[in-house]
Amino acid sequence: MATEESGSVFSFHPMDQFIVKPLFGGTEIHWYTPTNVTFWMALTVLCVVLLLVVTTRKRATIPSRSQSIAELTYGFIYKMVEDVTGKDGVKYFPYIMTLFLFVLFANFLGLVPMAFTTTSHIAVTATLAFAVFFAVTILGFVKNGASFLSLFWVSSAPLAIRPVLAIIEIISYFVRPVSHSIRLAGNMTAGHAVIKVFATFAAAVALSPLAILGVTAMYGLEVLVSFIQAYVFTILTCVYLKDALHPHH
Amino acid sequence: MATESGAAEAVGMPQLDFSTFPNQIFWLVVTIVVIYFILSRVALPRIGAVLAERQGSITNDIAAAEEYKLKAKEAEEAYNKALADARTEAQRIVAEAKAEIQADLDQAIAKADAEISAQAAESEKRIGEIRESAMDSVTEVAKETTKAIVASFGGKADARSVNAAVNARLKDMS
Repeated sequence: MATEESGSVFSFHPMDQFIVKPLFGGTEIHWYTPTNVTFWMALTVLCVVLLLVVTTRKRATIPSRSQSIAELTYGFIYKMVEDVTGKDGVKYFPYIMTLFLFVLFANFLGLVPMAFTTTSHIAVTATLAFAVFFAVTILGFVKNGASFLSLFWVSSAPLAIRPVLAIIEIISYFVRPVSHSIRLAGNMTAGHAVIKVFATFAAAVALSPLAILGVTAMYGLEVLVSFIQAYVFTILTCVYLKDALHPHH
Repeated sequence: MATESGAAEAVGMPQLDFSTFPNQIFWLVVTIVVIYFILSRVALPRIGAVLAERQGSITNDIAAAEEYKLKAKEAEEAYNKALADARTEAQRIVAEAKAEIQADLDQAIAKADAEISAQAAESEKRIGEIRESAMDSVTEVAKETTKAIVASFGGKADARSVNAAVNARLKDMS
């Protein structure tokens, strides 16, 4: 980007990549305006279709390589849901799968150079996290009634410290959506910002080999982080779902 | 570049620009709903069906293989049994044949022995006869020869004394 600007060699704009812009010009951003958010989320949908629908259109009993990848993804999340939440959690598998695929592809698409990372925005991750939080809480009360509250009453602890534990449990329960969302957005933002800072240093000839090495190393790390954060987001959702289905310790 | 649209957000994090929140949330909800429908209507049932079908065919194939294995085992047992039967049958036949041959052989040998001994006895007898007749002939010849010799010496051979002398000599020899 612009490197010659008012005397300084470097122009640090590590956060510019996160700016939400209208896709077809203009400056007003209404709730319905197609923006770069729309564009990159549409690509996410496209990737999901490519991964799970296009690859499996032959429905081969002996799968091709691409169909194997689709089946592996399916099996990976299915097994996670089954292992963490138990057999009765399997009917929520499509929702968990939706979350996983969205976060995964949003993270990976954010690694495309010049891309906009939708999951780096707290608005996006907080919406997802609070959706999970409310869904799981409502589900807990619907499934278990008032006995859902026993989630906060640690019956295995001595009676004297149970009230204290209950307060801690309640606080930790309400902090869940916050940590759930900030973890993802924070990881994405930090990684991309660091890459951008390294990239800015590449403008100086003397520093460029080091900077490019740094960008490469960070990029590798970010690929890992992208997957791991999608995984963590999903497995935490499963854990919360398990608490709703089986609140008794 | 960053001046035209980013002027307002140039300071601070774009993540905390609340004016873009409704836009992001709206498009997020649209995206999630679209992904959910694609997954629940198309992708997941399809993959689930493929996996179930594969599991089914694998189970069927394993069952069929098990059945074939059992059949092969049965066939092998039948074969082994037939082989053992055949072997005992063969041994029986061999033993029978051997006994038969032995009996025949014994009979033949006995018969041959009898014949041989009969022939040997006959031969003995004939040899005895021949020897007897030969002895007679020798006696005769000796008597005649003696008579002739005596005659040729000019003596008047008394037949009776010559015969007695020859007989005495022959008795000494034998």
